[in-house]
Amino acid sequence: MSHLDALPPWAAILVAVFVMLGALFAFVGSLGLLRLKNFYQRVHAPTLGTTLGTFFMLAGSITCFSVLHGRPIFYEILIGVFLTLTTPITLMLLVRAALYRDREEGSADVPQAQLHE
Amino acid sequence: MSHSLLAAAVILAQILLLLAMSFSIIRMVRGPRAQDRVLALDALYVNAMLLLLTIGIRSGSLLYVEAGLIIALLGFAGTVALSKFLMRGQVIE
Amino acid sequence: MIRRWLPYPILSALLLLIWLLLSQSVAPGTILLGALLGIALAKMFGLLRPPKAHLRNYPLLGRLFLRVVLDIFRSNLAVGRLILCRDRRVRSGFVAIPLQLTDRYGLAVLACIITSTPGTIWVSYDPSANILLIHVLDLVDEAGWTDTIKQRYERPLLEIFQ
Repeated sequence: MSHLDALPPWAAILVAVFVMLGALFAFVGSLGLLRLKNFYQRVHAPTLGTTLGTFFMLAGSITCFSVLHGRPIFYEILIGVFLTLTTPITLMLLVRAALYRDREEGSADVPQAQLHE
Repeated sequence: MSHSLLAAAVILAQILLLLAMSFSIIRMVRGPRAQDRVLALDALYVNAMLLLLTIGIRSGSLLYVEAGLIIALLGFAGTVALSKFLMRGQVIE
Repeated sequence: MIRRWLPYPILSALLLLIWLLLSQSVAPGTILLGALLGIALAKMFGLLRPPKAHLRNYPLLGRLFLRVVLDIFRSNLAVGRLILCRDRRVRSGFVAIPLQLTDRYGLAVLACIITSTPGTIWVSYDPSANILLIHVLDLVDEAGWTDTIKQRYERPLLEIFQ
């Protein structure tokens, strides 16, 4: 870990905190995927990883590389931009597909389609 | 002192992310329905992307960030195709 | 003339910015290539004939953005607590909300806000009756959620887009 020794102490602590927080949010999100009872509850869990989990991890990565290279490096932000643009689309499509499948089977747990649909 | 803290934090974060990935794999295997498996796959690639970022911090190479970018984009395309398949039974219509 | 070559100036500028970030340089060649790409892709976007957006009240848009970021932060913590507390019975369910908002861009922004906030997800929208169906993880009272969505998000979006 020679290159990380070049970081000043404040940056090292900041990066450590950011990386830990990011991993923790992603972990809790995936734990929810395992723990929650049905599909519609589980859909909410991975959003933790894609919002704050990614946010903190990107903040850690940006701090680390910017201090290491001595110039602002923030093209990691593009990962955040793409994720915030794409996650709502995937989740909405997935929930609509699940609702469609449940309605086709006549499941009682989901609201039925309106008549004029 | 602060550098051994950073090294420990990165390794701990990697362990947490590996656990998160194994949780999503368990959900993917257990199902019970196809939509649960697709959701777990979606969570799996986001966790893999975060793991790549921590590997990048550990090795000091920016190439891992670009790999993460590609995973984020391809994972999106994959999940959209799979959801479309669940809805209609075919990807392109 | 300018409108012909630059039908969507903001989109072109954003594409140029993404190109510069991806190639990590501000050399003249990169800027030229990025600008050409931005103009060409924006013209291609015009071929899709997107409906025109009428954006008003930019300061309110900024305030709404800050509010959404804060809400995402708060609901992350709330959902995290809900997942970690094992013994609590999670009551979740669907809520149907009648909307006033009909602008397509406004609805798209509302969908992104609701879905990217952990704890709520956009399920379906019925354009003929203008009723939105969302799923809420921690459903304590339905009327409260209807109120929250309408007051916090729909009202500013109505002012911005309609």
